[in-house]
Amino acid sequence: MIKAILIFNNHGKPRLIRFYQYFAEDMQQQIIRETFHLVSKRDDNVCNFLEGGSLIGGSDYKLIYRHYATLYFVFCVDSSESELGILDLIQVFVETLDKCFENVCELDLIFHMDKVHYILQEVVMGGMVLETNMNEIVAQVEVQNRMEKSEVSVQCQPVAELISG
Amino acid sequence: MALKIVKGSIDRMFDKNLQDLVRGIRNHKEDEAKYISTCIDEIKQELKQDNIAVKANAVCKLTYLQMLGYDVSWAAFNIVEVMSSSKFTYKRIGYLAASQCFHESTDVIMLTTNQIRKDLSSPNQYDTGVALTGLSCFVTPDLARDLANDIMTLMSHTKPYIRKKAVLIMYKVFLKYPESLRPAFPRLKEKLEDPDPGVQSAAVNVICELARRNPKNYLSLAPLFFKLMTSSTNNWVLIKIIKLFGALTPLEPRLGKKLIEPLTNLIHSTSAMSLLYECVNTVIAVLISLSSGMPNHSASIQLCVQKLRILIEDSDQNLKYLGLLAMSKILKTHPKSVQSHKDLILQCLDDKDESIRLRALDLLYGMVSKKNLMEIVKKLMLHVDKAEGTTYRDELLTKIIDICSQSNYQYITNFEWYISILVELTRLEGTRHGHLIASQMLDVAIRVKAIRAFAVAQMATLLDNAHLLTGNMQRNGICEVLYAAAWICGEFSEHLENPIQTLEAMLRPKVATLPGHIQAVYVQNAAKLFATVLKGQEGNTDSTAAQETSQLMIDRLPLFVQSANLEVQERASCILQLVKYIQKLQQKDVEVAEEVSALFAGELNPVAPKAQKKVPVPEGLDLDAWINEPPSESESEDEQPKAIFAKEEPKHSRPRHTEVDEKELARRREARKQEQANNPFYIKASPSSQKVYQDTPGVEHIPVVQIDLSVPLKVPGMPMSDQYVKLEEERRQKERAEKKKKEKKKRKEKRSGRGKKQDSGPESEEDITPAHMVDIVTEEMPENALPSDDDDKDPNDPHKALDIDLDKPLADSEKLPVRSHRAAESLKSPAEDGDVESAAIHAPKKKNGKEKREKKKDKDSDRKKSKEEKKKKKHKHEEKEEDLLGGQAEEPAVQSEETNEVAAPPTSTSAEVSDLDFWLSNAPVPSNTQEAPTVAAAEAAPVPKVASGTAPNSEPDEPKDTEMEETKSSKHKKKKQKKEKEEKEKKKKKKHHHHHHHSDGGGEESVQNGTVEDEEPLPPMSNYCLLAENSYIKMVCDIQGNLQDGSQVVVSVIFENKCDSFLKSMEFNVLDSLNSKLQRPEGSGPHDGLTVPFQLPPGVSNEARFVFTVQSIVMPQKLKGTLTFIVKNEDSSTHEKLDFKLHFTCTSYLITTPCYSDAFAKLLESGDLKGSSVRLEGVNMPFHHLLARICFHHHFSVVERIDSCASMYSRSIQGHHVCLLVKTSGQTVSIDAKCDEPTLLGNVLDEIKQTFSQC
Repeated sequence: MIKAILIFNNHGKPRLIRFYQYFAEDMQQQIIRETFHLVSKRDDNVCNFLEGGSLIGGSDYKLIYRHYATLYFVFCVDSSESELGILDLIQVFVETLDKCFENVCELDLIFHMDKVHYILQEVVMGGMVLETNMNEIVAQVEVQNRMEKSEVSVQCQPVAELISG
Repeated sequence: MALKIVKGSIDRMFDKNLQDLVRGIRNHKEDEAKYISTCIDEIKQELKQDNIAVKANAVCKLTYLQMLGYDVSWAAFNIVEVMSSSKFTYKRIGYLAASQCFHESTDVIMLTTNQIRKDLSSPNQYDTGVALTGLSCFVTPDLARDLANDIMTLMSHTKPYIRKKAVLIMYKVFLKYPESLRPAFPRLKEKLEDPDPGVQSAAVNVICELARRNPKNYLSLAPLFFKLMTSSTNNWVLIKIIKLFGALTPLEPRLGKKLIEPLTNLIHSTSAMSLLYECVNTVIAVLISLSSGMPNHSASIQLCVQKLRILIEDSDQNLKYLGLLAMSKILKTHPKSVQSHKDLILQCLDDKDESIRLRALDLLYGMVSKKNLMEIVKKLMLHVDKAEGTTYRDELLTKIIDICSQSNYQYITNFEWYISILVELTRLEGTRHGHLIASQMLDVAIRVKAIRAFAVAQMATLLDNAHLLTGNMQRNGICEVLYAAAWICGEFSEHLENPIQTLEAMLRPKVATLPGHIQAVYVQNAAKLFATVLKGQEGNTDSTAAQETSQLMIDRLPLFVQSANLEVQERASCILQLVKYIQKLQQKDVEVAEEVSALFAGELNPVAPKAQKKVPVPEGLDLDAWINEPPSESESEDEQPKAIFAKEEPKHSRPRHTEVDEKELARRREARKQEQANNPFYIKASPSSQKVYQDTPGVEHIPVVQIDLSVPLKVPGMPMSDQYVKLEEERRQKERAEKKKKEKKKRKEKRSGRGKKQDSGPESEEDITPAHMVDIVTEEMPENALPSDDDDKDPNDPHKALDIDLDKPLADSEKLPVRSHRAAESLKSPAEDGDVESAAIHAPKKKNGKEKREKKKDKDSDRKKSKEEKKKKKHKHEEKEEDLLGGQAEEPAVQSEETNEVAAPPTSTSAEVSDLDFWLSNAPVPSNTQEAPTVAAAEAAPVPKVASGTAPNSEPDEPKDTEMEETKSSKHKKKKQKKEKEEKEKKKKKKHHHHHHHSDGGGEESVQNGTVEDEEPLPPMSNYCLLAENSYIKMVCDIQGNLQDGSQVVVSVIFENKCDSFLKSMEFNVLDSLNSKLQRPEGSGPHDGLTVPFQLPPGVSNEARFVFTVQSIVMPQKLKGTLTFIVKNEDSSTHEKLDFKLHFTCTSYLITTPCYSDAFAKLLESGDLKGSSVRLEGVNMPFHHLLARICFHHHFSVVERIDSCASMYSRSIQGHHVCLLVKTSGQTVSIDAKCDEPTLLGNVLDEIKQTFSQC
């Protein structure tokens, strides 16, 4: 099980948080701070696994993270997940973001947190890995985006009429 | 209306959207909080508007603010509003917000049930998908209960996208609503073979997650997973399965044997590191689970270690880390294989990555031997010096102590070295582990007697040097060491070279800066020292020295008398007064030394940490009873627990039994003395003095070698351990030289050329003798200590509730709650969920009702399924299978193999009879392993079912007092039969398979695998009796009481279409009597028929249930009824009807209820029951068949059976107890019966009689 997925930047600013177990908001912030503290002091050339987050999990839990440019992608998982598998999953997730946003950068995540969530929902559901095939993920995301667009255009029609009339 | 929309849209154009909010926050960096609070005000305004688009926008912004740490739970209701929007866009926003901030205590969640249900059944798959995703995050027990059935239906959705989501969310549903696991499990299992890989992967994911927590319940799935493992190419799925096998193998060693080969192949073939790693991990788990003795064992281990070495040597730090992690698992069971890679692991200690260093440290634990301990610790000490972070340094410190102290100091050959290591470690400032070092010092000094002199000298140096006294005492944990130092110097003061100096050191003013508990020890031990000093000085002619010492005490102690710490103050003032008195005596030239030292006479025995806990409560002692009258409330409040000192007390100091009353204490002491006198291993306390160590017979056999005092002891505060390494080297060489002299010829070649490098030659452990034989005193335990019973399981673990046996048949009460307007449910009140039928049978029906598109074929298979299900029931009983599995795990594999040889050959012919045992029994035959996948493939589907069928043969079942088992009494047949076997063949209990197929009516189908079997197998039985039949349709029925409702009887009728036409519009009607009435849906008249909720294609049968209300159950009765239906051909349709008579026997009011024999005896003793008896003549069947028949047909359960006599029990739906005593002699069976309702009893007995007259 994945217990939490955190994305924050090099300064510890959260860009996306997704807890699969309930924590109150202040606790969530504390966890982000702690995790950032643990992760940020590590060199880029050390391993991507980390034990010892005291707030979240316990001995059974590990932090598995990747650092891309300005962003840290951190997954907190228990021992039922394969460490290398989760690393691959982070890669898949980031590549999917890259495809959906076309050259994703931190700004995309900042301004489109909701969209990032929708993409993540196609990858992980309720703490369990839902889909690992990037094409499938992208396809499902796109269909839903199209649905949203078609609904918005219907919504906007009267406005257009009003303006034109 | 249109205008409103337009207006809303315009409004929206002026609202801030999420991007604007983010931009705004970024532009207000300096007053972010203020800006956000104004934004929240705006959002609150927006939420008040009617326009859903505005609301959704507001909720979306709230989701963002939630991420920043703002509590947005106040908007929960608005979120629900947005969730219920018909537009996907808004719905998605709503569900996202809900998933981020709803949790179990969010009260509006209960408002969402219907909305979610609506979304789940939405025609738009993405509406369903969004609802599932959201629900997965905030599902509550209530939601899980209410929606379980809807989600279960979605598991068979046409779209794989929905299927996989539905499958995944089931795990969350199980967690919140464990009752749903059993009904949903069959379908979940089906999904393992879903054509869509994503769905399959999801199912594997869920089952693995379930099995990880309660592996034993999933052993029967092993063949299916094995098949998946050998056929799947999806690495994700493979990894999950392989991980699952890792959890299963400890329970079933034979599974491990079967796995080794395919796993080894995967290890050789795969290029994916993640998969390789998991394979290695599971192979390790397998090897751990297998008892050694497998011939190719070492090859597998070698392969693993070899692959791991490759991982560790990889430049990728991640692989290195994982390699070390896996190594540590091997280390536990095969330390030798890992030890050969010591070089690599030591190298990892120098890695720049802390995670890797920590992993390597873990491994070191198992790397040490007597030979290399010093070397390794020396290396670690270097790291301690270099380490920059305190966490890593602390980790090193604990590891050093762990390594040295492991298995009772097994690897330490030289305790002087160890003490000096401990002393060196005291130079670590700011460590949190001062108390750890202290307790080690105490432990070694107390338990290793030979080292005391040395330890005392070292401790005296520590006290004297007092470099520890610098810095901030309260925060610096290292000063804890002084606690040990002071205590050791005091307790073993006779070893001190210069006690006066130490005494002076202990009374320095600076000591007052130490924490209170340490000061207290200082004061107390100063007194001990004082006694020793006096003793030494009184022998002298000059008495001034002794008086000077007293004066020193009198001068220094007042400092402590003023201490703020109660403990210190109390002790100091006591001792001060004592010393003053001594001084008075001294001035009168009275010899006091003897008396003063008597204060501290007696030796300590180390007491095991758990000793106190393990003292059994003596008979007749009631710990809860008050010894004196309980004190009044007000008094008890004033009393503060005075544990300041006791708390800090190390484990090995004098145990203080303060709460035990005097008598008990004396008694216990006496008992212990006796016990100790009889125990040759107990080292008795010498009453006279601490000095005499070897005057008791207990220790004489331990050779205590005098310490070579040529060792330079007094290098205050200097690192000395290195010298010991050298000395030890020399000593060993010397020893070897001596040995060499003795056995010149043999050892010549080996010894020569051994230089300073220790690992250059294969010197065995035994060659190294410790410098001084160490008398390691075992810790004292109380007499008849209780065995360890610590249960570490967390009672709050949600997975505990999921420890559910999945193989046992579904009981009626387990059906998932279904909305009442479902077709199949139409004639039942919602309250009677309990007595309908297993959901597994039910589910297909629901599907039939719901998805009309389903083809006949599907129905056909459904029918088969339900039949199978019923068959299954015949072979099962309600005893938990885990007993079987648990039992197997405990039993050595050898035994089961031996029975397997017998079991395997006959079973191999039919897939039906194959089971887990059979599947596993293939493993030892090497030629079979290739075929295994195909065999497994053929068997996969039926296997788990049948496997469960074997369960009854394994364990004695105590009837459970649950009321779960009111369904098919047939279960008890098995149970009872098995019980009999138990008695006769306990040793061979594993492998008896009985398969009876009542529907086929053929005894030839029953396969007997157990060869040794005295009692014939049971003939097939069925409770379904013919109700009516004509050329179109056949009706068979079974009548069951409803335990939950004492006035209800459920009639299950199986309708079978015998003709070539379609049967539809079936209506079932019964003429009500005064006593019994058919329950009809509300609003229908008393003579209306009930529509049978399905149609029957040719050749198909299906089951429907009808509920009757009965008033009195003491008499049997008959009801007349009619079934009307339409026979539809291609060209015509005709109305037909069939009359029938429902016979409600008294037996059908009985419900199989287990009863314990003691409860049964009480019942009979109570005298409320009236007796009756009946004799059956000419019964020609084995006794166990007879019992089985009574159990099966008349819903009894066996309470106890002794030879040809058995007591049985049953209960009516209205709570009447029915007890039977069945005896047999020859062909005569006598049944004595008791019941609180004589009429009922009479009728039941008549019915039993009738049953046996028929056969």
